[in-house]
Amino acid sequence: MASTTQLPVPPATRVAPNRKPVQRSKGPGRSRPNFLGGLGGWLWLAIIIVPIYYVVVTSLKNQAGFFTSNPMMPPTEPTLDNYKLVLENDFAMYFANSLVVTVGSVVPALLVSFMAAYAIVRGKSRFLGWTNRLFLLGLAIPLHATIIPIYWMITKAHLYDTLLALMLPSIAFAIPISVLILSNFMRDVPNELFESMRLDGCSDWAMMWRLALPLTKPAVITVGIYNALHVWNGFLFPLILTQSPSTRVLPLSLWTFQGEFSVNIPAVLASVVLATLPLLVIYVVARRQLISGLTAGFSK
Amino acid sequence: MSVSTGSRRVLEKGPSGWLAAPALFLFLLFAIIPLAGVFFLSFTAWDGLGEIKLDGLSSWTTVLTDPVTGNALWVTAKIMFFSFVVQAPISLLLGVFTSASQKYRAVLAVLYFVPLLLSSAAVAIAYKALLDPNFGLGPGLGVPFLAQDWLGNSDLVLFVVVFVIAWQFVPFHTLIYQGGVRQIPASLYEAAQIDGAGRVQQFFAITLPQLKYTIITSSTLMVVGSLAYFDLIFVLTGGGPGYSTRLLPLHMYLTGFKANDMGAASALGVILVVIGLVLALVLQRLGGKNRNASQLEGA
Repeated sequence: MASTTQLPVPPATRVAPNRKPVQRSKGPGRSRPNFLGGLGGWLWLAIIIVPIYYVVVTSLKNQAGFFTSNPMMPPTEPTLDNYKLVLENDFAMYFANSLVVTVGSVVPALLVSFMAAYAIVRGKSRFLGWTNRLFLLGLAIPLHATIIPIYWMITKAHLYDTLLALMLPSIAFAIPISVLILSNFMRDVPNELFESMRLDGCSDWAMMWRLALPLTKPAVITVGIYNALHVWNGFLFPLILTQSPSTRVLPLSLWTFQGEFSVNIPAVLASVVLATLPLLVIYVVARRQLISGLTAGFSK
Repeated sequence: MSVSTGSRRVLEKGPSGWLAAPALFLFLLFAIIPLAGVFFLSFTAWDGLGEIKLDGLSSWTTVLTDPVTGNALWVTAKIMFFSFVVQAPISLLLGVFTSASQKYRAVLAVLYFVPLLLSSAAVAIAYKALLDPNFGLGPGLGVPFLAQDWLGNSDLVLFVVVFVIAWQFVPFHTLIYQGGVRQIPASLYEAAQIDGAGRVQQFFAITLPQLKYTIITSSTLMVVGSLAYFDLIFVLTGGGPGYSTRLLPLHMYLTGFKANDMGAASALGVILVVIGLVLALVLQRLGGKNRNASQLEGA
């Protein structure tokens, strides 16, 4: 089954959701403190934190405060007016659009990828071998090079400026990596389990849902999170396939806010905070799943 | 895998190929057909609204003689090179750093990964504000050096872009390396310590060689991924000032959707596809063949 076009995926980093970090009894740096490493670690933390800090602090300033105060100092009189302004500018609608597009892309993508992965791992036909190879090829191609034909197809189908226009290509682009990860996991399900179910007279369809799905559930969740993050943050498809405010999704709304409120930097940054907040909540609640989802995907 | 099944179950022929049909259909319709479409459209003239007319090689002539194309390729190559040179060592070191068992490192790792949550648009907007010479980081810290017009200076802007790319993507590669380091058997380090190897020696003698495949994976993703840095640069600089950060995907977008020359944009799309495929194949070769097999048969 090895294909020449597959992205190298080391066994080391294949998804292992819920995997407990392997405790190294005597890793490097156990013997005496590694000052240089520690210094580098804190330095990188500063690099990561400073922009985030700046965004949050600035979003709490009023416009006068922004122009007069020190940019790196917290506001003397913090205000939530910027957030109010962003929320009053249809933020809820953009949020809902993003949610619809994300759910409407990730769920179908997971469903069809799961079925395909099951067929590819359990099936033996040549057709399935070719299908798998085609998906693997999809990993090596910068798919966004296809935006112009996609734009043409979407306009021809009279789907331009609809949310469905964003979902269809998002589903297609999510399929290769989803099938790859899911089929890697499906291979770990012991063959004996399938055989014994077959002896009980189960069809492939039933085995897929009653055996393969429960046993690969962590991988399905992981792939789902990975895809969701990509679709939620996607910018290119919304940019070329939608136009009106009623179909605007969050990343695009940040960009248009920036155009509309160009002088009101605190409000622009408040929109950045608000758009990131949902993901931050998920990160706090389900950090492990999210992190393993990200390592599992690593394409694009 | 499933070689041993035939002996007992004659009936077993595996699930029907139809199960793969929905995925295959969607992928063909919205990825493979557009891929063929981009080749076709590169031989046409189309403004994005009217009729598509066959136009022979004129789009190709336009694209290949336009100095902006060469410039876009050069910018792409520079961004690819510099973002690799910056990201690879930092990600590797941070991956090793965060994989160790100290508590404070685990806490730092939680914060390191926050940029993964932000969309490219959000990152670009945040940096645009932060790099403002009057209301950003420079005056904030009172360091005149930092108060430059970072995004308006065509000599500097490329490096700013590389820095922002690193800020956004190093966390992801750190994660890959962290996973790789954690798979290295502790016994190797124990043996090295008994032999009296120091930290630096252990890093070069054990960690680095053991991470070979992780390095290849991460590098492939970095290099091929740099063909996809569209949205970040689009929002951050729009390709400017002048053409100084107009890399290939952005040039394609602007040619197609702003200059309304879809034929030329498709030709650029073809170039993008070819570069992506060649890079993926070359890096694959570097990685060696056997590793695919080991990965797939590992189950």
